[in-house]
Amino acid sequence: MITIWRILLAALMLAAWHIGAETGVLSPLFFGHPVKIFAVIGDWFVTGEIWRHLAITITETLLAFAAGTLSGVGAGLWLGLSPRTRAVLDPFIKAANAMPRVILAPIFAMWFGLGIASKVALGFTLVFFIVFFNVLQGVREVPPVVLNSARMLGASKRQLLRHVYLPAALSWVFSSLHVSVGMAFVGAVVAEYLGSAAGVGYLILQAEGMFDVDTVFAGIIVLTGCALVLDGAVSLAETRLLVWQPRADAARES
Amino acid sequence: MKALAFEDVTLRFGAAEVVGGASFAVGGGEFVALVGPTGCGKSTLLNLAAGLIGPSAGRVLVEGQALAGLNRRAGYLFQGESLMPWRTALDNVAAGPEFAGQSRAAAAAAAEAWLGRVGLAGHGDKYPHQMSGGMRKRAQLAQTLVLDPPILLMDEPFSALDVQTRQLMENELLAIWQADRKSVLFITHDLEEAISLSDRVIVLSAGPATRPIAEFAIDLPRPRDVAEIRLTEAFRATEARIWAVLRDEVLKAYRAGAAA
Repeated sequence: MITIWRILLAALMLAAWHIGAETGVLSPLFFGHPVKIFAVIGDWFVTGEIWRHLAITITETLLAFAAGTLSGVGAGLWLGLSPRTRAVLDPFIKAANAMPRVILAPIFAMWFGLGIASKVALGFTLVFFIVFFNVLQGVREVPPVVLNSARMLGASKRQLLRHVYLPAALSWVFSSLHVSVGMAFVGAVVAEYLGSAAGVGYLILQAEGMFDVDTVFAGIIVLTGCALVLDGAVSLAETRLLVWQPRADAARES
Repeated sequence: MKALAFEDVTLRFGAAEVVGGASFAVGGGEFVALVGPTGCGKSTLLNLAAGLIGPSAGRVLVEGQALAGLNRRAGYLFQGESLMPWRTALDNVAAGPEFAGQSRAAAAAAAEAWLGRVGLAGHGDKYPHQMSGGMRKRAQLAQTLVLDPPILLMDEPFSALDVQTRQLMENELLAIWQADRKSVLFITHDLEEAISLSDRVIVLSAGPATRPIAEFAIDLPRPRDVAEIRLTEAFRATEARIWAVLRDEVLKAYRAGAAA
């Protein structure tokens, strides 16, 4: 029943848009024309032109996500377990996190060129801090009784790290997967949009330069679809990785 | 030789004296219960015995040797939820042997056997949040005992359980203990539990600066059934004698708590 309502709602919005464009109430110059937009999308997939750009955007996203997550986990564990280093670095971390990092894109373009590397760098700066703060929190919130129990069971420092701190921290990382994958994607697209030679963001930039609003909307729709697919993949991974955690609703009951 | 001995142990946190010159011992194969009013520092005594904290003054001796660092001869059954929530029951029990360098297969086999002994056969693949409180306690017990420690430290292990489950677990603990006679230091605020399980009951003074103030040998026959033994005349008499001492400390702790 809900599905039917959803389809109806989507159809209604598209129809309104279409009628608006046809009658000129919504100027096609600024708002595009749904039929033309879907023609552009269809064309992209028929000719296969879009795949190259999508592949690049997704590669950038995944690389930024992987690099940001790995270094975020490493740095979070390190600082989580050495309070003194954390105390020293704290203001720097706060400053780096407070900085609107999207503005780094032009600098990364100068440093790393217009290829994939500068996009990965921007996505990295976005993902890193999300993961870092989650790991820091995870390390701090390991229940002391679990820690003492592992020590009494004979765990060495390395084994504590591997079997207690890391799993505790990873549970926080996993629960922030949606945000960090989303941020990696945002980083890739924004960096493409600010200067690139390929990628979906680049397609949008090109179209915008020619005032081709239909192609801009087509790019946005493709990006949205892509983000939804990524999000679905994360949800799948999540249920696999967090089997040991009680579901949120069950936790509230107990 | 005593399995565990406290020699004039004092512990201060800043200006506060938590333990004040405590001396007592647990003999080899002896089951000793420490009872004291809530909040008197019982768990702190156990953490000292485990080497999780060191004394400010005095010594803790383990099998005649002064303890420095963690007590490697002891297993510790914690009051709280000490299972690793990201490991299944089996993997939790296998953790100790794994830490000690056993192969995964050997550790899993040992864990499987112990899960059976504590009545959790077939539940090995459950995560802690999928188990009841009683099952988690059983898993904790197996996790500690799989390493076969000669000394067992227990911190109100059954206090969170309902009465029936608790008596079942107490009987199972006695059966397991009867089989290989580990030296046990058992902490509780429940006098009945202390008497029905142990060979000797040590009464602690109310905090701060808690220390043993009286000792009672429990001459009740073994094997015992913790539910039935409570109904005997001898049990009641022992309880009355110990309560006479403990009551004053409980009242002191209560007044201190009410004043605070």
